[in-house]
Amino acid sequence: MGRKLLLDKAHIEGIRYYDTYRANGGYAAAEKALKSMGPEAVVEEVKKSGLRGRGGAGFPTGLKWSFIAKPEGVPRYLVCNADESEPGTFKDRYLMEFIPHLLVEGLLISSFALGANSAYIYIRGEYAWIPDILEQAIAEAKNKGWLGKNILGTGYDLEIFVQRGAGAYICGEETALLESLEGKRGNPRIKPPFPAVKGLWGCPTVVNNVETIAAVVPIVNIGGDEYIKFGIGKSTGTKLISACGNINKPGVYEIEMNISVEEFIYSDEYCGGIKGGKRLKACIPGGSSVPVLPANLLLKTAKGETRMMTYESLNDGGFATGSMLGSGGFIVMDEDQCIVRNTLTFARFYHHESCGQCSPCREGTGWMKKVLHNIEYGKGKMSDIDLLWDIQRKIEGNTICPLGDAAAWPVAAAIRHFRDEFEWHVKHPDEALTRNFGLAHYADPLPAPAAAAV
Amino acid sequence: MAVVQFSEEKLNKVKEIIARYPEGKQKSALIPVLHLAQEEFGGWLSAETMDYVAGILQITPIEVYEVATFYSMFNLKPVGKYLFEVCQTGPCMVSGSDQIIDYIKNKLGIGVGETTPDGMFTLKTVECLGACGYAPMMQLGKHFREHLTPAKVDEIIAECRAKAN
Repeated sequence: MGRKLLLDKAHIEGIRYYDTYRANGGYAAAEKALKSMGPEAVVEEVKKSGLRGRGGAGFPTGLKWSFIAKPEGVPRYLVCNADESEPGTFKDRYLMEFIPHLLVEGLLISSFALGANSAYIYIRGEYAWIPDILEQAIAEAKNKGWLGKNILGTGYDLEIFVQRGAGAYICGEETALLESLEGKRGNPRIKPPFPAVKGLWGCPTVVNNVETIAAVVPIVNIGGDEYIKFGIGKSTGTKLISACGNINKPGVYEIEMNISVEEFIYSDEYCGGIKGGKRLKACIPGGSSVPVLPANLLLKTAKGETRMMTYESLNDGGFATGSMLGSGGFIVMDEDQCIVRNTLTFARFYHHESCGQCSPCREGTGWMKKVLHNIEYGKGKMSDIDLLWDIQRKIEGNTICPLGDAAAWPVAAAIRHFRDEFEWHVKHPDEALTRNFGLAHYADPLPAPAAAAV
Repeated sequence: MAVVQFSEEKLNKVKEIIARYPEGKQKSALIPVLHLAQEEFGGWLSAETMDYVAGILQITPIEVYEVATFYSMFNLKPVGKYLFEVCQTGPCMVSGSDQIIDYIKNKLGIGVGETTPDGMFTLKTVECLGACGYAPMMQLGKHFREHLTPAKVDEIIAECRAKAN
């Protein structure tokens, strides 16, 4: 069994409530941070831990914290990004719903380290029942003296507020989130200035993902040196993976970043193999924005090495033959799935979610959707495949925020690895309406499901 | 049409929301207050409702319109008493959301974006709601309905009808 740091107590009945959380070691890290460590020591410990942003970008958290500007007399803010909207990702929801105090404790420690006296949790509007859970946890914590004025007699004050969004993927981008929190459209800002200098209401602000903030609690508890022992190389600690698609056991799993992709998919501890005894066709390992990989490149790298569930290993081979760990939204597709159709749903998604600020993204995502729609519905031309490639190249890197890249990459990867399936749709328009292309050659090196079970 | 006016209780809630932000930053309350208004005034935001919110927050009506039109959870025209928001993005699609959407269309006799003649149900397709592991799914009011099957859809429809009677 893999060791856990975040969900180790998730199974305890009543852990959602303060008394149970506290009785099981909760708020010990907050006490340690506030009473015996001090802000600088907490930042140092987080740096030492190698913790990287768990929302998808993987930027070192300690470094991000160290960038925060500290002008005299200007308030600083911590904003928790709970906008979780990347298709395939539903891990933060689990954490907030079942162990809300872990997030509250993490917010307390992180705000203290940053010198912020107000923290905001910006949660996607569709998670409409979760703010009540968070607000109850916040009220309990405040009632017990962990929030409010002069916390633990240290002179430190903190208030935490929950704010709901209203349905906009783009608000997961940190500057769009800040715009939204200020009551505006979620249009990303041009950087620099970065939020660390000019963020919420023009004040220095750090925006961190829910899981990142929660991870600060075990880091303070066990120390950065111990945290590094979970994982490999620069992929330190544990990661929440939300697994979905055609697997036997979809759900949220906490993994040590030292297991193989094959173990994650086929072991009964995690996904439990492909549903219905079918064969694995493809997988999008880190949320819809990262490149899709055919089974043969997913389980092994192009060099033939075992692919691991780490930032580095999933990225091995770059975008030519690799992908990304991203947000940990792990989408598995079996032999009956259609890559063209799946890519079409993502293109539609990005078109729907583009804020419309930059022309390449606003127009390009719409064109990709239309071209993919034609191919999927038997009206495609061979030249459409090159056209798609051309459009995605003209979006990538030409927009204010990474949504453009996120829209371009899935299309590029689908064509790169599954071009024959696109061509088959064009050549056999009638057949493509009634059946899917199937497994084809990419799964050839794959052992039969029984042999692959770990 | 009923007068657009929050109750005393809701006005207090608005005050409580505004108090979360620094002095003069009450515009930050816009999205939470629009949620309140949509719940309170029939499940959608009329121009009258938006103007009312602008007045409460002391901002211009256009500042409200531009936000209300940006976010997909705000309905700019009337919807049925029960709004089925069915996810159709990749992970739900590979788990059978196309069939669920077709089933609901046939069962209710409406297309996507339409409302049943009795004003009871509106069907809307939405993009990823963060329930990919429990697909197919839909949002119904405040909650998610997950692991949908035709039988489960029947139950939900019956449940809504029973509640409405």
